[in-house]
Amino acid sequence: MTSLHRLDPVPDIGGPQQPLLSVGNLTKHFPVRGGLTGPKPVARAVDGVSFSVAKGETLGVVGESGCGKSTTARLLMRLIEPDGGDIVFDGETVGTRSGLSLRELRRRMQMVFQDSYASLNPRLTIADSLAFAPMVHGVSRRDATAVAGDLLGRVGLDPGTFMGRYPHELSGGQRQRVNIARALALRPRLVILDEAVSALDKSVEAQVLNLLVELKRQLDLTYIFISHDLNVVHYISDRVLVMYLGKVAEVGPVEAIYGRPAHPYTRALFSARLSMDPDERTAAAPLQGDPPNPINPPSGCRFRTRCPHATGVCAEREPVPMDLGGGHIVACHLHDSASGHPEAHAYA
Amino acid sequence: MPDDNTPLLSVSGLTVSFRTERGTASAINGVDFTLKRGEVLCLLGESGSGKSVTLRALMRLLPERRSRIGGTVLLNGEDVYTLPERRMERLRGKAISMVFQEPMLALDPVYTIGHQIAETIVRHEGVSFADAERRALDLLERVQIPSAKRRLKAYPHEMSGGMRQRAMIALALSCNPALLLADEPTTALDATVQMQILLLLRQLQAELNMAVIMVTHDMGVAAETADRIAVMYAGRFVELGTARQVLKTPQHPYTAGLMSSTVHGNMRGHALEAIPGAPPDLTALPPGCAYAPRCAYAEAACTAAPPPETWLEPGRMARCVRACAAVPAAV
Repeated sequence: MTSLHRLDPVPDIGGPQQPLLSVGNLTKHFPVRGGLTGPKPVARAVDGVSFSVAKGETLGVVGESGCGKSTTARLLMRLIEPDGGDIVFDGETVGTRSGLSLRELRRRMQMVFQDSYASLNPRLTIADSLAFAPMVHGVSRRDATAVAGDLLGRVGLDPGTFMGRYPHELSGGQRQRVNIARALALRPRLVILDEAVSALDKSVEAQVLNLLVELKRQLDLTYIFISHDLNVVHYISDRVLVMYLGKVAEVGPVEAIYGRPAHPYTRALFSARLSMDPDERTAAAPLQGDPPNPINPPSGCRFRTRCPHATGVCAEREPVPMDLGGGHIVACHLHDSASGHPEAHAYA
Repeated sequence: MPDDNTPLLSVSGLTVSFRTERGTASAINGVDFTLKRGEVLCLLGESGSGKSVTLRALMRLLPERRSRIGGTVLLNGEDVYTLPERRMERLRGKAISMVFQEPMLALDPVYTIGHQIAETIVRHEGVSFADAERRALDLLERVQIPSAKRRLKAYPHEMSGGMRQRAMIALALSCNPALLLADEPTTALDATVQMQILLLLRQLQAELNMAVIMVTHDMGVAAETADRIAVMYAGRFVELGTARQVLKTPQHPYTAGLMSSTVHGNMRGHALEAIPGAPPDLTALPPGCAYAPRCAYAEAACTAAPPPETWLEPGRMARCVRACAAVPAAV
């Protein structure tokens, strides 16, 4: 622990009750080509997303391609600029004049990407990659190199062996360990893991998951864990956020989401999980077709085109998020007795 | 003509090595198996285990200048590696065809789906283009592409990932192959779409009584589709058996380790039993069992020579010195 102290830890401001991160109405529309007449078409990648992350928890984010989970991660890191919405980190608004600067934000929040090779500069040794950010933040080269060695040890790589190596000399699992070490170099409080174990072989994935759990405990971290793998999200998360076409479909404690999924989309996702038992194979696909294009998303509820419960009201109005109790929130007309959905009473 | 009792495919002593900058990579180190008509075999393994190379070797798709291939591959009794290339071209797409992981790369971007399917049928069966186009329409309907007639005129980039993979399957089935090779056909797809495609493949396989070799890294895909599973490690089958045998009573420590390190069900709060270390370097394989450096049960005999195949019963094999003794099954 000692050598990490060369960079002072970020102080806690609001106490344990204040969310570490709260996001309100986050929006990003990407312009797309076409539309010579009329309004410019946009892909509504993230369209009014709100959630919060409590201190010390792991928030799992699941959804299919195009649901906006990776765009959300990049917006939080300010790798891309949001079109609208607020990001508040431990009480401090991000990006405003009086709030948290980007430089300070990125000390507090770091990210690990899926592609372990593309994330590392191929011309820097592992030691240089790890020391880079601390040096930017004013740590001397000598101290930063010591930090790099300490970090490698923490992620289970022998500093003597790996400090002088280049990324191409490492296996995928080793590279991802380096990326995790680099994300920890500035002593962040929140780490966003965007499909960070998805490209790894299963035997290596389990090693890295164990490492992430251990590091979180040792360093008192908070995670946002983005993945398409429902089993891994179940394993690692305290709360789970389900996204569909740029919107939050459902969010809640992991037991509630996995035990009593309320949104028809969440239920479909779970029934699409592969059986591990050849005697209990899946008999029918829960959904037909692919997720629609976010350029022209369906009106009202975006899931209605694939939803077995869809009815008139689903096309007319967007569902309001309803709290089912215990922080289990779902955006579906079925759960809103005032929505006018004919089946609503059965669920409410 | 071979009768129905000859295996559709019979592979013996298959070896493949590649010349690389770092030396010779031994990708396949002796693979033997037979496949019956209408049977589904899953090759299960991690990256570098040789599962995709095996698939390409069966179709003689490996670059001949860079690879050294040994052993024999008999398809319908014919030795694939002694056939003239011309004859092989006639077999590919007709007797044996392949579905790839990334349909966007496998389909030709400048021709419509309908044209690509019809072209294959004309080439192999010599029918008129109009007849072939009618067959293409039937095929698109068969793989459950909605508004198939309109989709015939669509280019690959105009389709979603799931639709493209359906079109790829239609193309692969266009000449009623006896053997379909599928290389991670659902890995690039979303969960809800993956299930649709697996169910489609299962249904078509049964309807057409087609043999399938499916390559996957995902135990779930194998559990959903396979009659038999071969677990591959460092270019060898380390375990072979029915899907039920391999997944429920794994005999090789690698298979058991793969199961315990795959997150499934509710394992919250428990550390995962990961396999230590990493897969071996194919340019410097150890003389003994390639899994021994990662194996909790390794003993002196493991590092001396590669363990021989141990047949526990007909059709049930494990390549492990402990194969007679019981390996604790994964929970």
